Amino acid sequence: MTDLPASGIHGHPHRRIDGRAKVLGTATYAFEQDVDAATYLYPLQATIARGRVRRIDTSAAEALDGVVAVLTHLNAPRLADTDDKEYAVCQSDEVAFRGQFIGAVVAETQEVARHAASLVSVEYDEQPHQVVLPDDDKGLDDPDEVNAGYPSDTAQGDVGAALADAERLVDETYSTPMEHNNPMEPHTSVAIWSAGSGDGDASLLLYDSTQGVHSVRRTLAPVLGLKPERIRVVSPYVGGGFGSKGLPHAHNVLVALAAQLTGGRPVKFALTRQQMFTLVGYRTPTIQRIRLAADGDGRLTGICHDVIEQTSRIKEFAEQTATATRMMYAAPNRRTSHRLARLDVPIPSWMRAPGEAPGMAGLEMAMDELAERCSLDPIELRVRNEPDIDPDSGKRWSGRHLVECFRTGAERFGWADRGEPGARRDGDWLVGLGVASSTYPAFTMRGSTAEIAYVDGRYVVRIGASDIGTGTWTTLSQIAAEALGVEVEGVRLELGDTDLPMATVEGGSSGMASWGSTVVAAVDAFRDRHGKDPEEGATARAETPEHADRKKYATHSFGAIFAEAAVHADTGEVRVRRMLGVFDVGRIVNPPTARSQLVGGMIFGLSMALFEHSVMDARTGHVVNHDFAEYHIPVNADIADLDAIWLDHEDTNANSLGAKGIGEIGTVGSPAAVANAVYNASGVRIRDLPITPDKLIAQSGSTKTGSPQSGHM
Amino acid sequence: MEATITLTVDGRAETVTVDTRTSLLDALRDRLGNTSPKKGCDHGQCGACTVLLDGRRMLSCLALAVAHDGADVVTARGLADGDRLHAIQEAFIDHDALQCGYCTPGQVCSAVGMLDEAAGGSPSHVTADLTAERGLGDLDDDEIRERMSGNLCRCGAYVNIVAAIREVVGTTVDAQATTAAR
Amino acid sequence: MKPFDYQRATTPDGAVALVSDRPGAVYLAGGTNLVDHLRLGIVGPDLLVDVNRLPLDEVGATEDGGLRIGANVRNSDLAAHPAIRRDYPMLAQALLAGASGQIRNAATTAGNLLQRTRCVYFQDVTTPCNKRDPGSGCTAIGGYTRYHAILGASEHCIAVHPSDMAVAMVALDATVAVLGRNGERSIPVEELHRLPGDHPERDTVLEHGDLITAVVLPPPLGAGWRCTYRKVRDRASYAFALVSVAAAIRVEDGRVADSRISLGGVAHKPWRAVKAEDALRGAVVGDESFAAAAGAELAAASPVEGNEFKVPMARRTIVSVLRELAGQSGESR
Repeated sequence: MTDLPASGIHGHPHRRIDGRAKVLGTATYAFEQDVDAATYLYPLQATIARGRVRRIDTSAAEALDGVVAVLTHLNAPRLADTDDKEYAVCQSDEVAFRGQFIGAVVAETQEVARHAASLVSVEYDEQPHQVVLPDDDKGLDDPDEVNAGYPSDTAQGDVGAALADAERLVDETYSTPMEHNNPMEPHTSVAIWSAGSGDGDASLLLYDSTQGVHSVRRTLAPVLGLKPERIRVVSPYVGGGFGSKGLPHAHNVLVALAAQLTGGRPVKFALTRQQMFTLVGYRTPTIQRIRLAADGDGRLTGICHDVIEQTSRIKEFAEQTATATRMMYAAPNRRTSHRLARLDVPIPSWMRAPGEAPGMAGLEMAMDELAERCSLDPIELRVRNEPDIDPDSGKRWSGRHLVECFRTGAERFGWADRGEPGARRDGDWLVGLGVASSTYPAFTMRGSTAEIAYVDGRYVVRIGASDIGTGTWTTLSQIAAEALGVEVEGVRLELGDTDLPMATVEGGSSGMASWGSTVVAAVDAFRDRHGKDPEEGATARAETPEHADRKKYATHSFGAIFAEAAVHADTGEVRVRRMLGVFDVGRIVNPPTARSQLVGGMIFGLSMALFEHSVMDARTGHVVNHDFAEYHIPVNADIADLDAIWLDHEDTNANSLGAKGIGEIGTVGSPAAVANAVYNASGVRIRDLPITPDKLIAQSGSTKTGSPQSGHM
Repeated sequence: MEATITLTVDGRAETVTVDTRTSLLDALRDRLGNTSPKKGCDHGQCGACTVLLDGRRMLSCLALAVAHDGADVVTARGLADGDRLHAIQEAFIDHDALQCGYCTPGQVCSAVGMLDEAAGGSPSHVTADLTAERGLGDLDDDEIRERMSGNLCRCGAYVNIVAAIREVVGTTVDAQATTAAR
Repeated sequence: MKPFDYQRATTPDGAVALVSDRPGAVYLAGGTNLVDHLRLGIVGPDLLVDVNRLPLDEVGATEDGGLRIGANVRNSDLAAHPAIRRDYPMLAQALLAGASGQIRNAATTAGNLLQRTRCVYFQDVTTPCNKRDPGSGCTAIGGYTRYHAILGASEHCIAVHPSDMAVAMVALDATVAVLGRNGERSIPVEELHRLPGDHPERDTVLEHGDLITAVVLPPPLGAGWRCTYRKVRDRASYAFALVSVAAAIRVEDGRVADSRISLGGVAHKPWRAVKAEDALRGAVVGDESFAAAAGAELAAASPVEGNEFKVPMARRTIVSVLRELAGQSGESR
């Protein structure tokens, strides 16, 4: 168990309820659902980045023993709604990005399906494509809004004057690469189509790996032309999502189309790891020009954050990269903007802390640079620019204890030991410390419903929520037990099925606040109606309660991330030796699973700092390093002494539960904390993530031998 | 092309006809209904499919079933003794060494195999003195991390995985010391 | 994956006969590379001849005091073998730097030598590749080259050989014992792998049907030698080398009396750094002569766009390793 702040641990620690099934491997993920007479789908993918399919020859595939069906745009069932081009699968000969689905083979076994797919020959009419993000914003689009409904641009005061008059100035460009979510469980969908009597009463059962069964149903119903109640989505266990399973993707439609060709036989489809680099979303690359103007004491007078990012030509997703900059620090003059390049690329989407993660990477590296230019400790710089109210909305904070996070962390981490860049050496390794702020909005999504039933002496809690590893199975059970005044064992939770009441998607770190408050409301309704001694079979339901006060406040989580990095003086290899996150996230329901969420988020951020980079080949239009050997995420040896702690500030201004969400804030400040530690270690500032040995060596300049000069690389 | 092979899976003899192309992983999951080993990459790059194959940790996605006729296969499911979980499995739950759970059966099998290797004196990349005789007691955190690096976890449960294994190493070494003292 | 037949070989001669007689036949050993390639469609054999149960899994002393390593000895067993750890620690280190525990348990000695490049374009059948599909072109040139060659490449292929083990074996002057249709022969590991030239589809000098039966190590370097294997990579583990260095030196009276250096991650084959060795002979130990030696070897380096960093990285790593071996690491310099 973690060392906890003196102020307490909030909730009572409870072992993960699904732990036993998961250590045995008996928890059933989507592909593992027991279905009769399964068939297996292997997709056909475009090998050009833009153009049309001129000819597609499936005869050799169809002739193969064991092939059940071959699907192309020529024979695919028609979809009812093709407005959203991501879901308009196999409805035309158009190719909008390399790797797009142009068909599928369904066969008796996986081996036959894959082999048959390789026998399909395709000819294309190719058109010129553009797949690389340009580094200037000429001709780029100004989106109407960015993800989560924020305005694209904001401006307050006179930034130009503040920059012109600045005593201290940072004007640098930071970039983050295309990154892929890469949950360990590939996106998987098992579809069973029942044709019904032909009067529009067809139905679809989908075993899906998703962050929201109801979102999948609601999104797919109009596309497939089915009433929502004709679709059932089941997803009891999900092998990670990190945003990429927040919405259905093209594979859900492809498998639903294929399932209409098998006479009712189930069709199983799990994407390969390589296919996940094309078809299930990713984080856009960003190019961020950040300008910080300050007076001689390090008080910000102007903040300007201009972002260039990409979307697909066929569907817009505009990452909200600069939105955290709008609320993070006080400054009278401020401007943010997002510009969007529409490219012949796969469709970007949510990836853990979309917006905040890349945007705060840029801003917090810039703050580190500003601290140096002001000869200030980086923590002191942040303290001096702490805003009393949200500078963007003008609202009071529901709770903001960022400075306390820094103070607590500085003491625990030994921040006082930080020296000048390149000053500390341990054998061949240069060692340094870095810090960064973290923040994430505290969302509560309305629209969920929970049901409580009293069955066989236990309380059954029903809500169509999901657990993608976040701990929902355990924490919602705890919330319900607490509200009911019973032991956790007295509660049986049901989730992950559209036969259960509506629940919002597991995204935006909103699950606990949204579903938890809904469950509490349902318990209240149950007690109101049935009292403390209910009859067998008693039930009650409630929707997510309105929290009237919330609108008065700016609701955000905060955190301070500390990192110690070692840089090999000769080879430029980087290893993170220590990391500590101190978080202000409101109420913690279950300390062990919460710590796992926060620590896991920090590792995700460390990975952004040092490893992750999807390499788009400008000529071919695809991500060439599309597997785990080339697209690096951390291995166990990359993670040393890493911990997360939290402050004792429940935030009942934010929602009735007082919990602000923990799924993403660990990720947000971590890239910059590591980058700043690398700078402090090596004296080399890399503004283009990830920070890899090649970049450190190239930047470290002319030392011929690799022998360090005055402690630097 | 097909072949009929016999496997012992989690202690039970199984005879199954497979395509020569079928991986051991797919044979277990699709043909024998044992979905404890997971398919994370099908490419030898993530470790989710790790099983104990004739006693050693192996990637079942890179093994052709037909080449392992007669083999003894133990999955995470088979590590438990009836209702009683293996010590590694208990420790994983106690230390919350998992989140989404998809890499977990592979981590568990890998940890069990790794402890056997370490107990047998096998060195690792971070072993400083290759010539020294070594055992479980030499398994510090750096050794555990390096030896477990063939199992990716995207949720980032590594810190707790190391803690779980460290605990099992400690109790095993203590138990051995007690036995030796008697 | 195309359908294929499967046959288990019972004797080495039988295995050679089976494969030699059938153009579409290949050997299956640990499978860690081949099974992956079958699935990716990189190769499409019609027969797999399984050599796993051939009696080629012994490690034994040779008459001259060296060691004979059976082709089927698993990487983990070889790394853990007492004689390897004691007498050839550089080889143990190289083995342990490769892949993961699971893969080392499956991968064989011969299979490790014969593993194919990890070039992303070679592994992706939707992109042209001269190694996979001769004459189709090289997509790596002008593409993603971070893991590609800076030495000995050709206009047809810039792939690198990914093995760690082989780099150490080259530095150790190991040889492979090969059984072919015409009997046994011996090939230095250094000559086993080819440079790409006009025929990048040929990784090695082996002919179809040739079976590696053993790797033979000469007697240990002996007293006065210090050696190590250093692998530079992004991740701390389970990652291919950006650059690696296997090095051994013997220092007498402050001068380098002798050395062995080979490089990984820089060429289509494990690269014996003969020019560096020549430059070091008799040189006063210190960064200056180490850098000069590295420079001598890397003078011929011709990186392509995107892997220029490998030249300074290789230079720095060579110097770093030699400094460590000369006992000068951490000293002021």
